[in-house]
Amino acid sequence: MFSLERWQEMFETIAKNKLRTFLTSVSVASGIFILVLLLGVGQGMQNGIAQEFESDASNSIWVWTRSTSVEYKGLNPGRPIEMTNQDYDFINRKNEDLIEYKSSRARNWGVVVNYGTESGSYGVEGVFPEFQMVENEVMVAGRFINIRDIKERNKVAVIGNKVRMDLFKDKNKDPIGEFIRINNMLFKVVGVFAEKSEEREENRVFVPSPIAQQMFNTGQKLQGLAYTLKPEENFETAVLKSEKFVENMTDYLKEKHIIAPDDDRAIGVNNTLENAKRFYSLIFMIKAFFWWVGICTIIAGVVGVSNIMLIIVKERTKEIGIRKALGAQPMSIIGMILQEAIFVTAIAGFTGLILGLALLELAGPLIQTEFISNPSVNFNVALATVFILIFAGALAGFFPAWRAVKIKPIVALRDE
Amino acid sequence: MGSNSLHVLKGINFNVQEGELVAIMGSSGSGKSTLLNILGMLDEADSGSYFLDGLPIKNLNEKIAAQYRNKFLGFIFQSFNLITYKNAVDNVALPLYYQGIKRKERLEKAMYYLEKVGLAEWSTHLPNELSGGQKQRVAIARALASEPKVLLADEPTGALDTKTSYDVMDLIQGINDEGKTILIVTHEPDIANMTKRIVNLKDGLIIDDTVVQQVKANVHV
Repeated sequence: MFSLERWQEMFETIAKNKLRTFLTSVSVASGIFILVLLLGVGQGMQNGIAQEFESDASNSIWVWTRSTSVEYKGLNPGRPIEMTNQDYDFINRKNEDLIEYKSSRARNWGVVVNYGTESGSYGVEGVFPEFQMVENEVMVAGRFINIRDIKERNKVAVIGNKVRMDLFKDKNKDPIGEFIRINNMLFKVVGVFAEKSEEREENRVFVPSPIAQQMFNTGQKLQGLAYTLKPEENFETAVLKSEKFVENMTDYLKEKHIIAPDDDRAIGVNNTLENAKRFYSLIFMIKAFFWWVGICTIIAGVVGVSNIMLIIVKERTKEIGIRKALGAQPMSIIGMILQEAIFVTAIAGFTGLILGLALLELAGPLIQTEFISNPSVNFNVALATVFILIFAGALAGFFPAWRAVKIKPIVALRDE
Repeated sequence: MGSNSLHVLKGINFNVQEGELVAIMGSSGSGKSTLLNILGMLDEADSGSYFLDGLPIKNLNEKIAAQYRNKFLGFIFQSFNLITYKNAVDNVALPLYYQGIKRKERLEKAMYYLEKVGLAEWSTHLPNELSGGQKQRVAIARALASEPKVLLADEPTGALDTKTSYDVMDLIQGINDEGKTILIVTHEPDIANMTKRIVNLKDGLIIDDTVVQQVKANVHV
């Protein structure tokens, strides 16, 4: 099948039938080209949206409490609910294998903080060291609260960038190691943090959790919990596990604090993964749409190639008759037609593939929108479509070729 | 084909010796083309036997038929049947391709036969750049190129004017004089008279089979 003579014969035929070859090539190449572009843009959109979510740890879960809204077991609605250190410890113990980072939040708003003559009122929050990871805080200077601070009940504070600007008017003054007053207690500043996306959250001061509870005189009470879960292989299981975690946690809290199971107000949960899920399903829809358009393009390409193959065989019926009269074997004729079809579609398909990839590669970095980033294509998918087209072209060529070969040469020759 | 079978040939019995130049004559519908197709293995007889050079030609599958056609037979058609996108020399070389001969040798051989039909300087021309007579000469060169035992010509002069017809017949006579066996289907008496034997068909039967005095075509030229 792959003798040199055969190839020579084929190249001669191709060279002498330029228009036919050109039309086949264009229909195949454009099909692949469009598919590659569509898939690339789809992937780019996914990348862009994924990037948007990177700023917050995308699988964080935030819990807070409010007043009850439903009468339950003889208790009036409107009863304020407050979580405690015991709740926090219990949830941690129960979900040890799920939780990646955790922290409780013992906080108070409008706490007066002063340094020298400067003062301001800020949110002060008692947290654990892992809060840094949950909230994705970036340290501008110094460090975050650590385990030793918790154990030794060190009076240390990590201040937001905004707080630092307010209190330390002298820009060159290093706040690390300085003492500030919070609620008239002296705290040593050990770090300055910044928020990647939300500047207003830099308006906070973090202190070790036990110190905060002591300072605010709230005993064991907590105002919130913050978690991130361990990363999962795929998005679906991650969402599933986080939903399960949230469900278990709220069930426990409702039972413990005697809240009606249908009271959705008393316990607030913000599962960022669930928000992300909506975006991911949007991406999924977009990608599905692009796939659909792409597959339609390929089908159009297949139909085009098949059509051209049918015409080629029809056009060559007489030639087939001549060749048979001159002693061509039936298989050699089918082979000739198929080899030509496969060769042309393959070359054209790969040309379209390379052009599409090149365009993505060159134009990709120039795209300046938040929603598309680094458009790229799974090379194997693109390669597979090329082979589908080649296969379809070969199949579309085979049947008419087979029929043409079956025609008696004398009939084929009479065909003018 | 179809449910109504039609017996075109109803009993043909004849022999052709090596080196003969035979004309098969008859009006249209007499079965002369069917006879030629059977002889050319393009068609098969429902019954009867056909020996070519001592070989029984029967129940051939496509593959063997193609081999035999390639080895034993050369075809000359009324409408020339050259491949339009191949030039003269490539057309002549085509049967050699199916004999598995290498390209270089193929082209040398093809050139030799083109020269023989007097078209050496037209070798790179495409069929549509040639006159009818020239096309038929290329077709004859092609039929000769595979060095067949028998040449089968189906109305070889049917599409040519009288003068060109005689030119082509002159060529065919020359080839026959070199010892090649040739069968010509024709309905033109003057062409038939240029052969050595005329077989007359009517309604699928041989009504007349006579050896004639050959008229040399170059007498007319």
